[in-house]
Amino acid sequence: MSGFDKVVTSYEEALDGLEDNMTIIAGGFGLCGIPENLIKEIKRKGTKGLTIASNNAGVDGKGLGLLLEDKQIKKMIASYVGENALFEAQMMSGELEVELTPQGTLAEKMRAGGAGIPAFYTATGYGTPVGEGKEVREFNGRHYILEEALSGDFAIAKAWKADRYGNLMFRKTARNFNPMAITAGKISVVEVEEIVEVGQLDPDEIHLPGIYVNRLIQGTFEKTIEQRTVRKA
Amino acid sequence: MALTREQLAQRVAQEFQDGYYVNLGIGIPTLAANYIPKDMQVMLQSENGLLGMGPFPLDEEVDADLVNAGKQTVTMVKGASLFCSAQSFAMIRGGHVDLTVLGAFEVDCQGNIASYMIPGKLIKGMGGAMDLVAGADNIIVTMTHASKSGQSKLLSQCTLPLTGKNCIKRVLTDLALMDIEGGKFILRERAPGVSVDEIINLTSGDLTVPDYVPEMSV
Repeated sequence: MSGFDKVVTSYEEALDGLEDNMTIIAGGFGLCGIPENLIKEIKRKGTKGLTIASNNAGVDGKGLGLLLEDKQIKKMIASYVGENALFEAQMMSGELEVELTPQGTLAEKMRAGGAGIPAFYTATGYGTPVGEGKEVREFNGRHYILEEALSGDFAIAKAWKADRYGNLMFRKTARNFNPMAITAGKISVVEVEEIVEVGQLDPDEIHLPGIYVNRLIQGTFEKTIEQRTVRKA
Repeated sequence: MALTREQLAQRVAQEFQDGYYVNLGIGIPTLAANYIPKDMQVMLQSENGLLGMGPFPLDEEVDADLVNAGKQTVTMVKGASLFCSAQSFAMIRGGHVDLTVLGAFEVDCQGNIASYMIPGKLIKGMGGAMDLVAGADNIIVTMTHASKSGQSKLLSQCTLPLTGKNCIKRVLTDLALMDIEGGKFILRERAPGVSVDEIINLTSGDLTVPDYVPEMSV
């Protein structure tokens, strides 16, 4: 009997059931707080035709950039895709469909997807290409567009610490899209740096309750820094 | 003389007030953080999920888990807080951030802004810019007044796809500070040594010039 124990011991098991043409919601901002080992496992599995919602698409050879190498991504829903030559080539050739979504709208679409809210009105994107074809409504003299929620067959995310029940804590700005992404997956898989026994995390300090987590795995992380900027002592 | 990047940043910083929460876009806006007056408390919001952003870290302080919206390694000031992206954009969209400063390709006298996409050129995405312009009441756009070939970027109507509609009320260029009111640019200040005529010549949208236009103090 495993009860609430969400821990799995292999990445293969963590992504069991992921099939071609599924939708994945992924956490991470740039390369910060990305589920790097789960992405590597998707590459190893060779799953194709994927729709992935993630703020960014990694860089060449890192993060979701890895999945472009074997053309595993069919469609990308992202707010900013600027750091990736392979992405650019596949987008220009039409092999890769891209739905640019404002960052806050993307976060809210994931949050709504996990919270049972099918759509919401936002002023973001009204009167711009993002608003084209979307329902417009006026509230208190201001225009808003209707944005639909986003959910996935799988969510993949990274947290810092977890207990075996999948209660999660994130670290610094590696939190970013991870909590919402996790809530928006039918099967949510989270990799963490450390798994502790149940009872060792203070319930007041848990950022996301384990109810949203289906599978939990401990990994080791490269944590590539995109822009290493320092000041002199 | 047109303002340098540093002077633009200095002028932006004159808009700060004690107790302001401020979001600074990538580029010149970010430089404004270097000119926060010593006797003033300003807290910087980074839309990936940090309020209370500090300077770049010392070499030994670099932390891959602590970056700003430009993915640069940063530090936190005392009193900082961390949160998810949904929370971050709730404070932006909900109008809780006191001042937003960001760049643009074009602004027009209807308050429209185009800043993320040039058709035919590579599209990188809007990131958080659309949320920032839709959510903030107090926005300053910083940009060059004209392109290198002398084409005005202050237009009667933006030609590029919009980032936001009717949302910009203040523009700071390398030549002038302007407000946008009632479908017109209003010249408020000029860069030191720049003539009103020069600004008129390089402003394509409707421009109102008050009798007296002071020089900026930078």
